[in-house]
Amino acid sequence: MDKPSLVIIGNGMVGQRFVDEVVKRGLEGSWNIFVIGEERQPAYDRVALSSWFDDQDDNALSLVEQQFVEEGPVEYRLGTRVDVIDRKNQTVLLDDGSTLAYDHLVLATGSYPFVPPVPGKDLPGVFVYRTLDDLANIASWVEEQDCKSGVIIGGGLLGLEAANALRNMNVAANVVEMAPRLMPQQLEDGGSEMLSRWIDELGVAQYCGVMTEEITGDAQGVTGLRFAESEKLAEMDGIEDNQLGTDIVIFSAGIRASDSLGRDAELEIGERGGVVTDTQLVTSDPNISAIGEVACVNNMVYGLVGPGYDMAKVVAERLAGSAIEDGFAGGDLSAKLKLLGVEVASFGDNQGNDTTTDIVFVDPVKKVHRRLVLDENSQIVGGTLVGDTSGYDLLVAMARGQMATPEEPQSLVLPDYVGAGSASDMELPDTAQICSCNDVSKGDLKEAVANGCHTVGALKSETLCGTSCGGCVPAMEDLLKVELANAGIDVKADICEHFAYSRQQLFDLVRFHGHTSWSDVVAAHGSGRGCIICRPAVASILASLSNGYVLDESQAGLQDTNDRSLANMQRNGTYSVIPRVPGGEITPDQLIELGQIAKDFDLYTKITGGQRIDLFGAQLSELPAIWQRVLDAGLESGHAYGKALRTVKSCVGSTWCRYGVQDSVTMAINVELRYRGLRSPHKLKSAVSGCTRECAEAQSKDFGIIATETGWNLYVGGNGGRQPRHADLIATDLDDETLIRTIDRFLMFYIRTADKLQRTSVWLESLDGGIEYLKEVIFEDSLGICDELDADMAKHVDTYKCEWQETLESPERLSQFVEFVNAPEETSTPVWIRERGQKAPAPAETEELVIIGGP
Amino acid sequence: MDNVVDLTDRVGTTICPLESILMDTGVGALVDGQPVAVFRLSPAVDGGEEELYAIDGIDPFTRVPVLSRGIIGSDGDQPIVASPLYKQRFNLVNGQCLDDDTVQLKTYDTAVVNGMVIVGPTSQA
Ligand code: SRM
Ligand SMILES: Cc1cc2nc3c(=O)[nH]c(=O)nc-3n(C[C@H](O)[C@H](O)[C@H](O)COP(=O)(O)OP(=O)(O)OC[C@H]3O[C@@H](n4cnc5c(N)ncnc54)[C@H](O)[C@@H]3O)c2cc1C
Ligand code: SF4
Ligand code: FES
Repeated sequence: MDKPSLVIIGNGMVGQRFVDEVVKRGLEGSWNIFVIGEERQPAYDRVALSSWFDDQDDNALSLVEQQFVEEGPVEYRLGTRVDVIDRKNQTVLLDDGSTLAYDHLVLATGSYPFVPPVPGKDLPGVFVYRTLDDLANIASWVEEQDCKSGVIIGGGLLGLEAANALRNMNVAANVVEMAPRLMPQQLEDGGSEMLSRWIDELGVAQYCGVMTEEITGDAQGVTGLRFAESEKLAEMDGIEDNQLGTDIVIFSAGIRASDSLGRDAELEIGERGGVVTDTQLVTSDPNISAIGEVACVNNMVYGLVGPGYDMAKVVAERLAGSAIEDGFAGGDLSAKLKLLGVEVASFGDNQGNDTTTDIVFVDPVKKVHRRLVLDENSQIVGGTLVGDTSGYDLLVAMARGQMATPEEPQSLVLPDYVGAGSASDMELPDTAQICSCNDVSKGDLKEAVANGCHTVGALKSETLCGTSCGGCVPAMEDLLKVELANAGIDVKADICEHFAYSRQQLFDLVRFHGHTSWSDVVAAHGSGRGCIICRPAVASILASLSNGYVLDESQAGLQDTNDRSLANMQRNGTYSVIPRVPGGEITPDQLIELGQIAKDFDLYTKITGGQRIDLFGAQLSELPAIWQRVLDAGLESGHAYGKALRTVKSCVGSTWCRYGVQDSVTMAINVELRYRGLRSPHKLKSAVSGCTRECAEAQSKDFGIIATETGWNLYVGGNGGRQPRHADLIATDLDDETLIRTIDRFLMFYIRTADKLQRTSVWLESLDGGIEYLKEVIFEDSLGICDELDADMAKHVDTYKCEWQETLESPERLSQFVEFVNAPEETSTPVWIRERGQKAPAPAETEELVIIGGP
Repeated sequence: MDNVVDLTDRVGTTICPLESILMDTGVGALVDGQPVAVFRLSPAVDGGEEELYAIDGIDPFTRVPVLSRGIIGSDGDQPIVASPLYKQRFNLVNGQCLDDDTVQLKTYDTAVVNGMVIVGPTSQA
């Protein structure tokens, strides 16, 4: 143990970034490295904290691999607190009683939420909003107490974020702010007023300019707030006797640096808190550095992650012996956010002073307020944007002096939709920062593209751009498109060489022209004879739009292998038969008959992963007879062969299960019957669980439904398979009717706009604006297409027919199911072996073709 | 028919009426005891006539007789079919596999006589 010890206190965002920077430089070769973190979880993305409510999955936010924590070159002690720094002996004392010696110590203890000393602040039901545990506690309180309304104390950024979280849990949110307006730090009066109009519309009540005197309640929990008397209160809704009732209170009244370790160890502390450092982040003790929100550099404490990341890098460089000369250059507090779906940005010196002037654009109809602050030389130094943040990147670059403000800055205040001359017409210089969280410039991104990163994903892993708050991702996408186009790299979304259109464009064309056959489509919009890509794609579009029989003359030649025979081809050329078992519910008689059919035709039988029964090993020519028996048993096509709805899994639900809160089986059957046969860009799977124990695994489905006490939560965009993805929560506590209408629209919108063979998960991730955009389309009808989507789905439901039923009704169609047209009684037969009492295809090497006479 | 050879004085196998092959699909047939895949292609978009092709019916990659159930299409000017199992493409004119130079299928001459499709002996070409 002759290596010196490097001890890092705090495993938050910046502490972890520091570990990454240190390991990147191979410093674990020359140091023994220890990380002490008070929270149970290894570092996670606090910036994205609120997204925890989507799926309540701690791991989804993690910033470090579990394996690295357990076996990596750095020793982690999590759930452990440092109580004392003993500078004289260069040791730290941990709360488990042990001590740890250090040669260099890095403080990365971040901040804690400030809770003003209001009486009642310790009552049950009062929370802060900072850690995963805080959120878990909030969620269980809301559930246990069945909270109907809640109060957030503090109308800043985080307060509004917390308000949104309550809203998503169906708790009416009230924001209480001491200042006369919302976001007092970031916005001036005009912008704040406009924001307040947006927030009003979302049904979040605001109480600004009021003082909370007491939180009322008893040992059972909070019941309300009592305010200091004021005239304002009388005009506010919902207030009686200066009181506002509530079931939960969340404090979001600002943060304070977690500097108590430093204070106790008598390190120099800033006026307004924080451990003072120089620009190399060294504290008043040369063996101790401080980084992130606990550091006070040049009299500033930075409450954003970007500057913290820069600090982590500066210290890592210094320890590696190649100190960055100027050290930490200072960060700025520019931020662009989407709060409750409202675009808000503030950048540079947004307050201004005696020597500055403002240019303001106000559009009361679209609720847009944009303000630029100019210095005496008419250079942009800062600004605030509410309701429309177009041109943000350029404006920030100008405020930072990375590019000159043009002669007539007036036009820059205009939002994009006003048009001519607005900021987005101009080009950013390479030095402009695109990602403030990770300090990535336009030049860095261009270089990465030139070096072969041609997707957003590749750019993210190469440059880290967009990996923290995600706010810069749209800018990154735009840049990628431009760079690829400049480099002459094809970014066309064309389906294939036969159609110069994306699937979505082709869908719109077919819908608009009302085409019903391949020949019309290819004559009007394509070339050649098509291929295995475009033919099935066109078939799927035609089927989604017309719901016609897929093996009709005009469509038969378009169908993929499995659709062509309405069965899945197996590796030896035989087929499988999968009847639909809606919701997984099947009668004993049907089970017996399936068994009998399998025996009569000697079919291998297996329970599928989708709660149904698969019969394998049927000859093409046997399919009609087998399906006739299946239909006679009251079952129908399961579309296992189609890009269509597959299964809707169910759990047994409230009918039998002691925990079930809704009848998940009935819902699953209804959903499966409604969407059966719906052709789509890729297969669709669903599931319904009767309670949050989630036995049906609904969150791994394209659309998953989970029962709540009062309705259904709907999740979309999940799948298993190659790239598993958890579904995102799109709406909560829906009644039956709204649930179905929401799914209708979701599915039809997906069918219209997805790429060929693109599952809902990938489609959702590719949507500009993601789940929020999808919500706007579905719930607010932002595209004005909901009527069409509803009508398209109604048409599907009304015209559904079982394809096997249709096939069996027509001798012409049946004639397709022979192996040799000129010798219908002959079949080729593969070599079978017997395994565990059933037949199975012989291993590939032994296969050899025999043609035999039929029965 | 564009590409059909006069088979009347050679011995061919009668397969089925032309109409019973759906446009742009194939059917399986037995010719001299061997599986053959027969395809009927609609006239190309830029004019011309219907086309008829016959190739070996066995997918050379899996030894399974399913080529008649593949999807037809074009690659440039060449008419092709893709195996329904692992999607390798074959030129319908000369049987050449587009995804593996070393693989070429037998092709057969075709004709339509009195509305009946006739597949001849192996193509002379
Ligand atoms: C039969 C079954 C396996 C079994 O014995 O249990 C099965 C069999 C096949 N699966 Fe599957 N999958 C089966 C459940 C699943 C599941 C589990 C589930 O549905 O709960 C999954 C993961 C969940 C998911 O899809 O999100 C699954 C993920 C896949 C994938 C990967 C999809 C992806 O997005 O990555 C493919 C490939 C594809 O679709 O492109 C696939 C494709 C296939 C195909 C169709 C491949 C093919 O073309 O031959 C298999 C043919 C089935 C046949 O011949 O009948 N199968 N497959 C299951 C049928 C369920 C049913 O009742 O319909
Ligand atoms: C809801 C929310 C939204 C946010 N949104 C944004 C945003 O959009 N953009 C942005 O830039 N920033 C945002 N922030 C701020 C951002 O999360 C912080 O700037 C960042 O986390 C700071 O990192 P840090 O490592 O300095 O502190 P932290 O992440 O707070 O980590 C400090 C860690 O040290 C631990 N610790 C403290 N004392 C001890 C001790 N004595 N012993 C052991 N461990 C200790 C703490 O438990 C904590 O885990 C947001 C914050 C929140 C809460
Ligand atoms: S999800 Fe809930 S209701 Fe359904 S079986 Fe599991 S525990 Fe029972
Ligand atoms: S700006 Fe936050 S991730 Fe890029």
